[in-house]
Amino acid sequence: MTVRIMKPAEVARYSIEKKPLFILDVRNEDAFADWKIEGESIEYLNIPYFDLLDGVDDIKGELPRDRDILVVCAKEGSSQMIAEMLSDEGMDVAYLEGGMKAWSEYLEPVKVGTLKSGGELYQFVRLGKGCLSYMVIDADKAAVIDATRMTDVFLDFAKEKGATIEHVFDTHLHADHISGGNVIAEATGATYYLPSQDAEEVVFDYKKLADGLRVTVGETSVEAVFSPGHTSGSTSFVVDEAYLLTGDILFIDSIGRPDLAGMADNWVGDLRTTLYNRYEQLSEELVVLPAHFMEMKEVNADGSVAKQLSVLFSENHGLQVEDENEFRVLVTENLPPQPNAYQEIRKTNMGVLTPDAETQREMEIGPNRCAVR
Amino acid sequence: MIKTEHILDVKGLACPMPIVRTRKAMNDLLAGDVLEVLATDKGSTADIKAWAASSGHAYLGTETEQDVLHHFLKKDSANVIVKQEIPVVQLDTFMKKLEQESSLEIIDVREVEEYNEAHIPGAIHIALGEIETRMNELNKSKDLYLICQTGRRSGIAGIQLRENGFKKLYNVVPGMTEWTKQTKKGN
Repeated sequence: MTVRIMKPAEVARYSIEKKPLFILDVRNEDAFADWKIEGESIEYLNIPYFDLLDGVDDIKGELPRDRDILVVCAKEGSSQMIAEMLSDEGMDVAYLEGGMKAWSEYLEPVKVGTLKSGGELYQFVRLGKGCLSYMVIDADKAAVIDATRMTDVFLDFAKEKGATIEHVFDTHLHADHISGGNVIAEATGATYYLPSQDAEEVVFDYKKLADGLRVTVGETSVEAVFSPGHTSGSTSFVVDEAYLLTGDILFIDSIGRPDLAGMADNWVGDLRTTLYNRYEQLSEELVVLPAHFMEMKEVNADGSVAKQLSVLFSENHGLQVEDENEFRVLVTENLPPQPNAYQEIRKTNMGVLTPDAETQREMEIGPNRCAVR
Repeated sequence: MIKTEHILDVKGLACPMPIVRTRKAMNDLLAGDVLEVLATDKGSTADIKAWAASSGHAYLGTETEQDVLHHFLKKDSANVIVKQEIPVVQLDTFMKKLEQESSLEIIDVREVEEYNEAHIPGAIHIALGEIETRMNELNKSKDLYLICQTGRRSGIAGIQLRENGFKKLYNVVPGMTEWTKQTKKGN
């Protein structure tokens, strides 16, 4: 029986459409415990490849016959070996092309809306890491917000749409993943905007984001709303007066953590003001588009991560805390561990460090840990 | 006795080959033999460690030199590693101590070439592989300071010595890599 090769894009369909899949993850147990391919319809078996070198007889009985089987490892080689061993035993299995490394870098473009002028708003869902990037396209022009380091995806996408990227924004200086903002700006000649409060140590040219700054992409407006609290410069964007890009301030079921730069106590007040005052002044009709999601259940049936602000005001755990002290405790205590290599990631995003592609990949390994519940 | 002459080169090979080859090489060794695996696949550290644990070998540690990882494994000796490391003395503390008491017993367990290149004046040379046969030259009643390049080999030597009744042992960490004071060449 031939072994099938499954691309990350195909795996994304299983994950988003909740199609049944059985994953035999042959990485070591620590790696599996740290992060894996998520999906509500996915079942797992984790047995390291090195425990299967003598043969796969022992696990054949544990593999289902009624759903597709995908063998997964870190970079592909081991999963291919195990998939071939299973295939020799008459099993119909696939392995993941490029392994978890490729999964971590895969972006699923999802259209989240048609703009008033007929333009389009796309969300790029990084399923493996939970990062979300955006592209506004209108009348051959484009703007990119919170781009990841897989810059070709954005450049190619704009090209396919026949659009020129003119504006590149980051809602804040990211600490959990490497930004593609500066690379895209350099490749296209676009203007790169960063909040100056976050960018004191940045070594490349950028334009300062200020509250109320308004640019147009074709006929579509993108307006900056100063919303500090995750970082001291965190800025949200209102696109087309209909969408609110919240960065790492407000997620679907949780809120941002303010301590990435060791400033939890100083920034908790800012976070409170942003979430409980600033956002209150905005239209409740706005559709919230965050820069992260934490769990697959936050992903809508169409693959997007989006919810109306009014719904978040009534349902989001971080927006239900009336008492200020209780809020302070929530966001400054019980914080999850810092993301992998977050100091180095921040320095890379400032241009202070310039690691090669392989090093950048390693710096980003593991789950993102930006939220508090 | 620890032997480091068993070396497996899997540089340039990607997963799963480092483990596949290591496993094969281990089959040809005797219980207690130490295998040094040279690898460039960064994922190999976590996998070698996990594989050793699941197959009953002791993972002694990994040293990095330039871009090459040196993994050390001891065959069928998973229980040895459970034994606690000997106490550590930080290099700067050790330097100060050495200034005050010039007659410390220092055992340099690096290879002879490394020792001849530069060593602490007065340090006794017994390479890691010779510890078991030459430990009778050492005085059990004295404080012994073990040193190597980074503290890893001296740590292994310390465990071996303690298994043989030595009690007053200190591992100097990080070792000669950060030694800034006077050294002596030759033997």
